[in-house]
Amino acid sequence: MRDVAVVAFAQSHHVRREQERNEVEMVMPVLHQVKEDLGIDQSQIDFTCSGSTDYLAGSAFSFVMTLDGVGPEPPISESHVEMDGAWALYEAWVKIQTGAADTALVYAYGKSSPGSLRDVLSRQLDPYYVAPLWPDSVALAALQARACLDAGVTTPEEMAEIAARSRRAAADNPFAQLQGSDDPAVLLKEAELAAPLRQHDCSPVTDGAAAIVLAAGDRARELSKAPAWIRGIDHRIEAHSLGVRDLTVSPSTTIAAERAGVGDRPVDIAELHAPFTHQEVVLRRALGLGDDVVVNPSGGPLAANPMIAAGLIRIGEAATRISRGEAGRAVAHATSGPCLQQNLVCVLEGEA
Amino acid sequence: MSGLTLPPSLRDVEPVRSIRTPARLDYTFTAGEATSRFLRGIAARKILGERCGRCHKVILPPRGSCPNCGIPTSEQVELPDRGIVTTFCVVNVKFSGSAMELPYVCATVVPDGSDMGLFGMVQEIPFDQIRMGMRVEAVWVDDDELTHDLASIKWWKPTGEPDADDETYREHV
Repeated sequence: MRDVAVVAFAQSHHVRREQERNEVEMVMPVLHQVKEDLGIDQSQIDFTCSGSTDYLAGSAFSFVMTLDGVGPEPPISESHVEMDGAWALYEAWVKIQTGAADTALVYAYGKSSPGSLRDVLSRQLDPYYVAPLWPDSVALAALQARACLDAGVTTPEEMAEIAARSRRAAADNPFAQLQGSDDPAVLLKEAELAAPLRQHDCSPVTDGAAAIVLAAGDRARELSKAPAWIRGIDHRIEAHSLGVRDLTVSPSTTIAAERAGVGDRPVDIAELHAPFTHQEVVLRRALGLGDDVVVNPSGGPLAANPMIAAGLIRIGEAATRISRGEAGRAVAHATSGPCLQQNLVCVLEGEA
Repeated sequence: MSGLTLPPSLRDVEPVRSIRTPARLDYTFTAGEATSRFLRGIAARKILGERCGRCHKVILPPRGSCPNCGIPTSEQVELPDRGIVTTFCVVNVKFSGSAMELPYVCATVVPDGSDMGLFGMVQEIPFDQIRMGMRVEAVWVDDDELTHDLASIKWWKPTGEPDADDETYREHV
């Protein structure tokens, strides 16, 4: 296996509604920033891979327009996933493993504001038995939360503490959309939004973008004084039908964590893509994280959840803490689909 | 359905061979800063391209970046509402909602001084006389119908000038 590291990361200032800029205008600043930080231009990027979805943009082949922000002339080697950017990063990592590339630009963006996100996300469900019922994304998460409460996996109090802790941590994150929180006891007095979920249990609807540059071996050491090395990465998927799943556990995360080597050595921090508070509990258990692991020091998706970019941002946030020397070993997790349908786990470490 | 054994309770039931599940999603489109500048120009009968500061190409319609260089376009350029047909097709199929008489011609028109073309229709000439390199000018809607929409250009019509030399639009075909 080739050693591959995150050598640059940039994200937008996440907002509820990006009113003025279109997608390419929103993405270009982060694309330019990662290249400027490294002092390179597109000609020094061997492979470019993006994540986006037409369902958010409401137009076909929408990723082509944002490719206009990359600088694809002279022609570049390029690919795209209709998934979170964490999976685009996985594709880039595989490309580097094959030896076909030494450097890769990975970017992802999600502008959720043009449509009704809760309804848009229902279109990813089974088209015969579930999607025609239009169950929205918050309602499905609420079913999972109810199952977790009934099974004793978590409590409303613990969920409120996760919400407060996350948004207070985001006070130090200049890119976060929501910063600061009332005390958990106050949060618990809110009316239920989709029982048992309250507003504070849900991630905000966000417009935003992110970019990462990966590099292999000595090229990574040339580009960065402190590369964040990917020591393991794996992704798994649950059964498609919600009805056959036990929603209180995440076996796909557990398998991915084992394959990525999460439990091989102690973990300092974890950036978990849990768009709903109860999902953080499910993920901590599935990953086998102890109480001493700092979870979502950035505030996590409860502070900003740009669809399609939020998973990639978890990897970027974890890598940033490694590169700054704030953590020696970090776990980043990304999810996609309803109720933690698909899960990606990435283990990052500093220079040994 | 051969080979499929239904439970006794379903044996006399008509099989479901298809279902209809209508879906509709509504979006509020954000044109973006550059395209908004362009569309405001269109509503004033102006075609406003934007020039890239690196490769100097004039991008039309501008969408915020130079698609060659990946950087924001930096200079607004007012273009004439006349140019050349670089490519076209003859439409023989009626689309729902279209009031156009068949056959009609859709074309890419590159205004003079632009490096990219606009999509539009060519009229006021028999469809089988339209050709690459033909010089055309915009026919705009009346003032009270001007909107922030390319529909403000009803169609393009021949100017009667000699055709452009192949070399002048080689890059566009």
